Amino acid sequence: MGNLVFDIAHLLAGLQVLVSFLLLYQDRLGALIRVFALQAVLLALSVAWQAYAQDAPHLYVTAAIALIFKVLIIPVALDRMVVRLGIHRQVETVVSVGPTMLAGIGLVGLSLVVMLRVTAGEADALAREDLAFALSVVLLGLLMMITRRNAVSQIIGFMSLENGLILAAAGARGMPLVVEISVAFSVLIAFIVIGSFVFRIRERFDTVDVDALERFRGGRG
Amino acid sequence: MSLVGLLLAIPSAAALVLALVPDWRLAARLNVGASAASFLMVLAVVRDPPAAGPLVLIDGLNSIVLVLNGFVVFTTSLFSARYVVHEAATGRLPPLRLRLYHALYQVLAFAMTLALVTNNLGVMWVAIEIATLTTVVVVGLYRTHEAIEAAWKYFMLGSVGIALALFGTILVYVAAQPVVGEGQDGMIWSVLVGKVAAFDPGLINLAFVFLLLGYGTKVGLTPLNAWLPDAHAEGPTPVSAVLSGLLLNVALYAVLRVKMLVAAHPDALAPGPLLMAAGLASLLLAGVMLYRRRDIKRLFAYSSIEHMGLMVFAFGIGGPIANFAGLLHMAMHALTKSAIYFAVGAAAQAKGSQRLSDITGLTQSHPALGWALVAAVAAIMGMPPAGVFMSEFLLVTSTFARMPALGVALAVSLLLGFGALAGKLAGIAFGTPSPDAGPVKVAYGPIFAHLALVFVAGVWLPPAIADALRQAAAALG
Repeated sequence: MGNLVFDIAHLLAGLQVLVSFLLLYQDRLGALIRVFALQAVLLALSVAWQAYAQDAPHLYVTAAIALIFKVLIIPVALDRMVVRLGIHRQVETVVSVGPTMLAGIGLVGLSLVVMLRVTAGEADALAREDLAFALSVVLLGLLMMITRRNAVSQIIGFMSLENGLILAAAGARGMPLVVEISVAFSVLIAFIVIGSFVFRIRERFDTVDVDALERFRGGRG
Repeated sequence: MSLVGLLLAIPSAAALVLALVPDWRLAARLNVGASAASFLMVLAVVRDPPAAGPLVLIDGLNSIVLVLNGFVVFTTSLFSARYVVHEAATGRLPPLRLRLYHALYQVLAFAMTLALVTNNLGVMWVAIEIATLTTVVVVGLYRTHEAIEAAWKYFMLGSVGIALALFGTILVYVAAQPVVGEGQDGMIWSVLVGKVAAFDPGLINLAFVFLLLGYGTKVGLTPLNAWLPDAHAEGPTPVSAVLSGLLLNVALYAVLRVKMLVAAHPDALAPGPLLMAAGLASLLLAGVMLYRRRDIKRLFAYSSIEHMGLMVFAFGIGGPIANFAGLLHMAMHALTKSAIYFAVGAAAQAKGSQRLSDITGLTQSHPALGWALVAAVAAIMGMPPAGVFMSEFLLVTSTFARMPALGVALAVSLLLGFGALAGKLAGIAFGTPSPDAGPVKVAYGPIFAHLALVFVAGVWLPPAIADALRQAAAALG
């Protein structure tokens, strides 16, 4: 039984890292949003699995929040926004896929080396390897935020990063409920804030390309 | 309800009320009233601190920051009441946005107070996140291209910062859990600090790096400080004052709590050198960047980066004298920099521009305002007899005594910043006055109150305050 608990937790966490790579190179916004929803489904599953494995019913709440907000509400809202802006099929100029993927592989290697070595003495192997995967998802989300120029892609990068954080929090045995709820809640707030900004950006520029924002910098010190 | 409960209830209730008050004149007055009430409540709490519980911890360190915070929030609300009259009259802020502004001002005050009084690392993180999101909205309040860009940049970098800090917080819990047990105790700072010696050193090291990077972003440490000048320049000036004077301090306070935790572990890495390196790098970078500024609010934002770097450097060196200097500098910088922003806000309204080239000869066109600004900038440059001089002098001498090479680097960076500000100040204050955009009512009360405190503190520090600083410095290790 112990091994099965491990294997399933690792499978789900590892799949999330894989989906993070899909996010890295996906250059169509519509597809990007659906890939993000897929990652959120995996997150909900792994949090629910942790709830079962740790016998911690409050984690089911976290899983449900992930499912409702990140799989349903947010992707649907983003999708509608992208369609309304008419950039649904737009091909985004990602910096360059090859180097980005290599950098991603490097980051995953880094987080595995760092986390596994640092936590070598720890008894709780489940938390330990979960943390390594979670850190990978966090770093890949960060990489995505850096390499993308489009506001919607940056939002997705940020939310993917938050997925990694929730994965880490759920993996830590008995972590107080306060934190998980607040994370889920803050994601919601963050989304509202960003959403309102995106709409304001659109009012001003008729585009959500962050490069357009940079152009207004000219001449200021 | 306990006093601390009341302390948190005042700003949250005020935020609700202000969100419902349509008349901005009344809202500005209510804002002042609520801030004054909060300040009195802070004094009551600090006078008779409650025992440390699972939720609340009031000790020497946060008492100082709390009093400073309460005072500057109050004086800034006074300045803000004048400031919004001008912004409403010129139509830059319509009534609905002023309503949002006043409500968010109190939300920000609430979040900062919560971050300071809480004993729980998770709650502290939540409070700093609320403060960040609130300021993002306020920075974007003018909805100009620049304001939206600044808010977006602040939001992105700030989110990365708080995300890294949350990962660090989770790592602290993972390190604590085998020793402290499952549940809430693994997040309570006073429990952790007592048992940290038994934690896994590797995890604690990693947690420290994440927390330093995360909260360091909010402090404005190099290299993650690109948001800071934009956020200061594009938001309403009262918020620039609160950002510089207080929110940076709150983030620094979070760094200090984490530093105390790591320092209590015998086998963990020494936090000092990391803090010193980060502080010195910010100090140097800001010193160089100051020379090329063309926007007055941006100029003083870079000066804030410089001074935050100085404080982080002081706490990195550690020991009773450097810590004392760091804490004193925290207070002096907050008071001086917010006074500068009060004066700068009025000057920018009087001249109708934030560009340095449009603000010249202020001592001729607006003598009282001009000379107040000269006094405040001279103070921030570290001229005696201001309090900033005291703290910088203490820090430089104690650095030379312990690490002469670093002392030289510190002195050179300070001189860099000094030269830049002196050059810019000459242009702002003297020379041919630039044309005025219209009459402006200046709130002199807050400016002179802050300046008086700074100059008195440079000459004579009341024994009670000196004692409080000394005790907090000793606790910092």
